[in-house]
Amino acid sequence: MAEIFELGIAGIRTGVASGDFTAKEVAETFIDRVSAAKSLNAVLVETPDHALAAAEATDKAKAAGETLGKMAGVPIGMKDLFCTEGVATTAASLILDGFTPQYESTVSANLFKAGAGMLGKLNMDQFAMGSSNETSAFGNVISPWRRNDGGNTDLAPGGSSGGSAAVVSGRICPAATGTDTGGSIRQPAAFVGITGFKPTYGRCSRWGTIAFASSLDQAGPMAHDVRDCAIMLEAMAGFDPKDSTSLDLPVPEWEAGLKSDLTGKRIGIPKEYRVDNMPPEIDALWQKGIEWLQDAGAKIVDVSLPHTKYALPAYYIIAPAEASSNLARYDGVRYGMRDLPDGAGLQDMYAATRESGFGPEVKRRIMIGTYVLSAGYYDAYYTQAQKVRTLISQDFDKAWESCDLLLTPTAPSAAFGLGEKADDPLAMYLNDVFTVPSSLAGLPAISVPAGLDGQGLPLGLQIIGKALDEQSVFNAGLAMEERAGFVAKPEQWW
Amino acid sequence: MSVDKETVKKIASLSRIAVTEAEADALVPELNNILGWVEQLGEVDCSKVEPMTAVIPNKLRLRDDEVTDGNVRDKVLANAPVAEHGFFGVPKVIE
Amino acid sequence: MSMTESTYRIQGATGEWEVVIGLEVHAQITSNAKLFSGASTEFGAEPNTQVSLVDAAMPGMLPVLNKECVRQAVRTGLAINAQINKYSRFDRKNYFYADLPQGYQISQLYHPIVGEGKIEISLDEKDPDAHGKTVGVERIHIEQDAGKLMHDQHPTMSYVDLNRCGVALMEIVSMPDMTSPKEAAAYVRKLRSILRYVGSCDGNMEQGSMRADVNVSVRKPGDELGIRTETKNVNSLRFIQQVIEYEAQRQVDVLEEGGEIVQETRLFDPDRNETRSMRSKEDAHDYRYFPDPDLLPLELEDDFIFDCKASLPELPDEKRARYKNVLGLSAYNAAVLTAEHETALWFEELLETTDEPEKIASSAANWLTSELFGALNKMGLSIEQSPVSPQQAAELLGLIADGTISGKIAKQVFEIMLETGDGAARIVEEKGLKQESDTGAIEKVIADVMAANEDKVAEYRGGKDKLFGFFVGQTMKAMQGKANPQVVNELLKKTLGPAG
Repeated sequence: MAEIFELGIAGIRTGVASGDFTAKEVAETFIDRVSAAKSLNAVLVETPDHALAAAEATDKAKAAGETLGKMAGVPIGMKDLFCTEGVATTAASLILDGFTPQYESTVSANLFKAGAGMLGKLNMDQFAMGSSNETSAFGNVISPWRRNDGGNTDLAPGGSSGGSAAVVSGRICPAATGTDTGGSIRQPAAFVGITGFKPTYGRCSRWGTIAFASSLDQAGPMAHDVRDCAIMLEAMAGFDPKDSTSLDLPVPEWEAGLKSDLTGKRIGIPKEYRVDNMPPEIDALWQKGIEWLQDAGAKIVDVSLPHTKYALPAYYIIAPAEASSNLARYDGVRYGMRDLPDGAGLQDMYAATRESGFGPEVKRRIMIGTYVLSAGYYDAYYTQAQKVRTLISQDFDKAWESCDLLLTPTAPSAAFGLGEKADDPLAMYLNDVFTVPSSLAGLPAISVPAGLDGQGLPLGLQIIGKALDEQSVFNAGLAMEERAGFVAKPEQWW
Repeated sequence: MSVDKETVKKIASLSRIAVTEAEADALVPELNNILGWVEQLGEVDCSKVEPMTAVIPNKLRLRDDEVTDGNVRDKVLANAPVAEHGFFGVPKVIE
Repeated sequence: MSMTESTYRIQGATGEWEVVIGLEVHAQITSNAKLFSGASTEFGAEPNTQVSLVDAAMPGMLPVLNKECVRQAVRTGLAINAQINKYSRFDRKNYFYADLPQGYQISQLYHPIVGEGKIEISLDEKDPDAHGKTVGVERIHIEQDAGKLMHDQHPTMSYVDLNRCGVALMEIVSMPDMTSPKEAAAYVRKLRSILRYVGSCDGNMEQGSMRADVNVSVRKPGDELGIRTETKNVNSLRFIQQVIEYEAQRQVDVLEEGGEIVQETRLFDPDRNETRSMRSKEDAHDYRYFPDPDLLPLELEDDFIFDCKASLPELPDEKRARYKNVLGLSAYNAAVLTAEHETALWFEELLETTDEPEKIASSAANWLTSELFGALNKMGLSIEQSPVSPQQAAELLGLIADGTISGKIAKQVFEIMLETGDGAARIVEEKGLKQESDTGAIEKVIADVMAANEDKVAEYRGGKDKLFGFFVGQTMKAMQGKANPQVVNELLKKTLGPAG
């Protein structure tokens, strides 16, 4: 039998249910894994007590013969964007230094209700702004992966859910929560060879999740495989009357609906995703993906999403605009840090607090957002971007006339070394070129690990589906997963 | 449209982010680089397009007029850098 | 309705100037809970107790719209015959201040819930129809109120109380249709009356439930609109008029000295009776409005609007017309009784005691506007606090109408009613105040009076007809005021014979 730490959600669930091991043993195993992985800097706050309490509750419930929740006995990592009652929450920013939420986010509460425990709060890009986890105020997360060149260059785990990616791929947590605004679940999942799922906008409540860009933010699972993602998303999702953009729909039984036979499904290959300078390995992997899906019974069709090119620039207007307003509340008055220079007035206190509290990338985006909303520029930038967003969404609608799903690479490259792109914000933004369009359209999408590049680093493929059709996305992901046979794991060096 | 140093300082002030002269200087090319890139959106003919309002068709729900919250002053003030006598404290404001 | 040209002018060295006024009235929507959170709106609670985590803008908190606030805004719009926008949106108005935890106010700039409407105002309470004017309403939108800062509790700090933060307001924006302080006051008075009829705002200016931003500009008659200033948060009718007077004069002075008016926000200082510039930072007006991405567009169903309409009471203008035309009240009484909803409701409750309200309406109206108002005024009570109920008043008026007591005795009875709360009939019975209409008894007293005043009788009969009143008075006095005056008159005329 596999070691406990190598198990994912389904494996733990089965083992606990059948009595192979107790939930407490599982919790203890991963608590040890977490405390032994400090060199990755993936965990900001360790919460062993939380994981143990949940495990004990599961063991007790099992002993009493009660029905166990979907996540019973599974300890998870929690991205530090989710407010957790009584546990420090910072969004990896100094400005929230010392902040302890007096409330539990809906997503974390849902997971706990389903029996999950929490191993710790996970490092991330500050306020989820970044694609490499290098914008965290608490240091980079180091990917468990290394190139096969014998060197020991520290690699980026991707971002913004970089801590989540690192702990799941390093088998430090069996699963973790992520959030995805423009690719923050899918890109890091691809970088570290795990599965990440972004549901339809509105499936997961945003209540209690620190906002980056409200019209784009969606929580989702990051786990070993498609099945684990389906189980975990079922636990995370659901209508929440406290979030006005939450979808008032029942949560489908995605796990029960999993099936890798894609007969009758049409998979679109968007020609605009063949970008310049794409590494041939990624192109080749994409081709393999096409063959796998054909093998699963799907029909491949060429489609066009003509406005794809404009998705990134539109995103980099809309997301900063919303962020500039969402982050106005961090002012040193009610929580977090306060920087009050001698003799400073209220407005000076704001400026000083926000200057020292926010990192450079956050400040950059706040300023871009402020600028594009300011008098005289609003229509040229913001309104135009929202119009382009409409066109991008219409592109997808048009594509759905000839196909049911889209297959694309997840990211235009494998993981890069820490520091390699940190000086060029634009180069960093381009990482999200394949994930941003579906974010703008609110569509469900998955990244499935599909192969390794020449340096031995994971590459992912992305499936995008119609709004609310998570099931088809899961199923196509499963079909690829079965055929890709991706079993590579990072060797433990930490 | 490109920004100059004065504009950068104005944006920083609107954003309530203190910047030094040197930082403002550094931000000019950084922001212009990004703004120059997003400006390609201007190429798109949007004359017959409505701006996106709701990404997934959904209706605004209304809640009933019931008092279901409040009376949680301890929670409200728990994280305050300065709280006295049930108030938040800020540097004196002269109106 | 006839339009009356305002004659309000500022006399300047270069000639006459006229004043153009527009008002943005912020009215607190009557609701139990706040606009976007479930915290209570009640006035006067301990600091920061009526604050939810949403109001305090904790990270990750989200707004959910209160249906009642939407309903009340729609009802208000319908009450001023305004366009109801079935599609509206909420926008964020971004600025930093300690009373605004989110760093933005949720408001409606681009797509307000209510569009153009109008309000009929009157400058002459006694004859509203003769001096009426229509003031346009440009829009009504819904927005959040801010919290409160206290500056005098600590030597170096201001204290922040968020109890008001997030309370629902309607901003009712008028067209620049008013041309004198009086018109502005009449507009606010009428608006308040409508809001109170509708029940969408209690109109209490002292508690801040209603306050106005006053936009004033001046121009030479016939010229284009001048540049306006906006004086914020003026919270009484008197202050609104003072602001207009001061601001108009100030602007005329500036212009006549060759200066220019700066479009700016000003504050009113009631102690000095002047306005002064807020000297806001240059960026204060760059609010970076954009649609709030935490909320979806608000789409109203026809049924919802229909129900709002059906729930409206008879409004002051309709009511006043009905009182005049159907109940036959004087224009003055109709206007006075309908100005406040509570007065009208009290009056109508009184009328409900009879099947033929037209018959008693006029006398009841007269009694209300003189006797009841006078008494309440003296006691400092509102009509809802009246110690005499409409039913008791009806009983009193009934006793006058059927001749049981005279109007004079009625005043006496009413005073006892106010003191004791007893019913009129019981008081009349117990105190023996019933009016004497028995001709025999009165004739006997008249005979006594004439016997005691033979000289006066002679004078009267000699042509001094003014003495008739003397005989009436003596007779009434002898009967302790309880004689039916009509009967006394008739009998005296008969007994004394013609004068001269």
